[in-house]
Amino acid sequence: MPTNLQAGESDAVGQRRWVWPGLALPGVVWLLLLFVVPFYAIFAVAMGRTDPIFNRPVPEWNPVYWDVSSFSRVIGDLFGGQLGTIAVRTVIYVAVASFLCLLLGYPVAYFVSRRSGRWRGLWLLAILTPFWINYLMRMMAWINLLSPGAQVDRAFFLFGLDPPSWLAGQHYVVILGLVYGYIPFLILPLFGALDRIDERTLEAAQDLGASPARTFWRVTLPLSKQGILAGLVIIMLPMFGDYYTPNLLSGSPRNVMMGNTIDQFINQTTSQGGTGAALTIVLMLFVAVLMAYYLVTIGRAAKEARE
Amino acid sequence: MSSPGRGKPNPWATSRVLTLTTAAYVLWSLAPVAIAITFSFNDGRSRSAWQGFSTRWYVGTREAAESVIFDPSLRSALTQSIKLALLTMLVATPIGVALAIGLARWRGRLAKPSNFLMLFPLVTPEIVMGVALFLVFHNLYGFVPFGTWAQFLGHVTFSISFVVIIVRGRLFAIGRDYEEAAMDLGATPFEAMRRVLLPLLSPAILASFAIVFALSIDDFVISQFLSSGASSITIPVRLYAGARLAPPPSLNALATVLMLTTILSIVVAGLAYRVWKKRSGGDESTVESLASFEI
Repeated sequence: MPTNLQAGESDAVGQRRWVWPGLALPGVVWLLLLFVVPFYAIFAVAMGRTDPIFNRPVPEWNPVYWDVSSFSRVIGDLFGGQLGTIAVRTVIYVAVASFLCLLLGYPVAYFVSRRSGRWRGLWLLAILTPFWINYLMRMMAWINLLSPGAQVDRAFFLFGLDPPSWLAGQHYVVILGLVYGYIPFLILPLFGALDRIDERTLEAAQDLGASPARTFWRVTLPLSKQGILAGLVIIMLPMFGDYYTPNLLSGSPRNVMMGNTIDQFINQTTSQGGTGAALTIVLMLFVAVLMAYYLVTIGRAAKEARE
Repeated sequence: MSSPGRGKPNPWATSRVLTLTTAAYVLWSLAPVAIAITFSFNDGRSRSAWQGFSTRWYVGTREAAESVIFDPSLRSALTQSIKLALLTMLVATPIGVALAIGLARWRGRLAKPSNFLMLFPLVTPEIVMGVALFLVFHNLYGFVPFGTWAQFLGHVTFSISFVVIIVRGRLFAIGRDYEEAAMDLGATPFEAMRRVLLPLLSPAILASFAIVFALSIDDFVISQFLSSGASSITIPVRLYAGARLAPPPSLNALATVLMLTTILSIVVAGLAYRVWKKRSGGDESTVESLASFEI
């Protein structure tokens, strides 16, 4: 019956129009209410005023009335104040820790992806295992070992050495903690990139007379560039916002990072919400380039998967 | 050993350096945790001197109240973490699956911005999301109490995008042919989805449940920013609070329980992923599937 079929078809076309946006709707609304609005709240609080009687932040939702005094105080502190020192320290910590992660992570990823042979599955399992152990547990494990009189100290005593107080404000302990904490997140994307390189490309380079070293520098390394960048961005983003690693492995003001200043203003006091929000915006300015790069990368990956 | 006279370096030599480096890395990355786990079974109160095997820090006695099961603060952290993870899993997965299907098929004007919006939580540092949620619950959504409810809303928010990424990968692999065949045979889009697409997506959905559970139970930053008082302290927050205070091995035991829970959920996710890879003709091992998962 042709009329019936037509009715059914137009019904289907009608359904087709609303069914897809309808499915996306709950998720989109959720993200608008609990991601976009909260994101905006950072700005509303940072550009708001402080209630002089109760010393509480009063957010200003209308951008027309935004008051930049709290924000400009933070910016002033960033250039030539205490916050400036902390920002420089944060950048140094993140840069050194990321470099060390790459230095150690690259050979590991290279070995597991291209040279591990028969035991590949086992090696892969070994580099995946840290993913399933909570970050805080991994830090706690080091606190156990580095506590006064614990295993590391006893190893020092064994050789007649006098160990330093590891957990009382040592820069290298915090940096090594960051390396320990984040390196698995760099190794895995690197592993993925190295694993995708076609063995025949490398053979071609060697057949054309390149030495193994030259093959590595001119072929393997350039082909793994995307993986290096992705891995670095993935570890640098959370590292910039880290406050728990320095808190756990030092707790001294000597090792405070930008995340700690935010943690102090938000988690430990409520009166300074405005400053905390302004500090968060400053932090976002620091990581904006990283975020943008990462956004473009995963956007592109999705597009490629679709095609 | 490679002899310096030859032109080419011995490939075995470089391989040996690589093997040693990797072995050293693996040892360095796992040994501290292995030691921490070992001392959760210590018979004494020390976490650095071995005094014999015991499970007292896990089960202990009600009177001593020092084990994961009987210490009120450890037990409450365990139940809070599991409660939160289950709740998050049950809400974030359906929303994420629907969002993934909607975004993959919808061609309207708002589809692109929505897709862009979905990617944002993935690239936002957790501390920024923590501050944002803290401030919005404080200043605008005053009706949401800090503690379990705020934590639950926060966890779902960061989990949705992960579900979308997992499900979308599978959606692209399936393509639109099956659905269109169903619709050519007279099914409405809704029927085609329910009877054709969702069964095909079931491994990805199961994997999403497990991954969201693992993400939620492992979360520290959001849980901490949105907690209120002792009752809403989760395992990671409890580890953070207690790690520097010379705690008894029961804290190691709690951490070990958390680790085993995470591994269990990841294994479920890995098996689900494997089913799907097999169906689509891949021949990866389980470990390889797990790896592609984390990337």
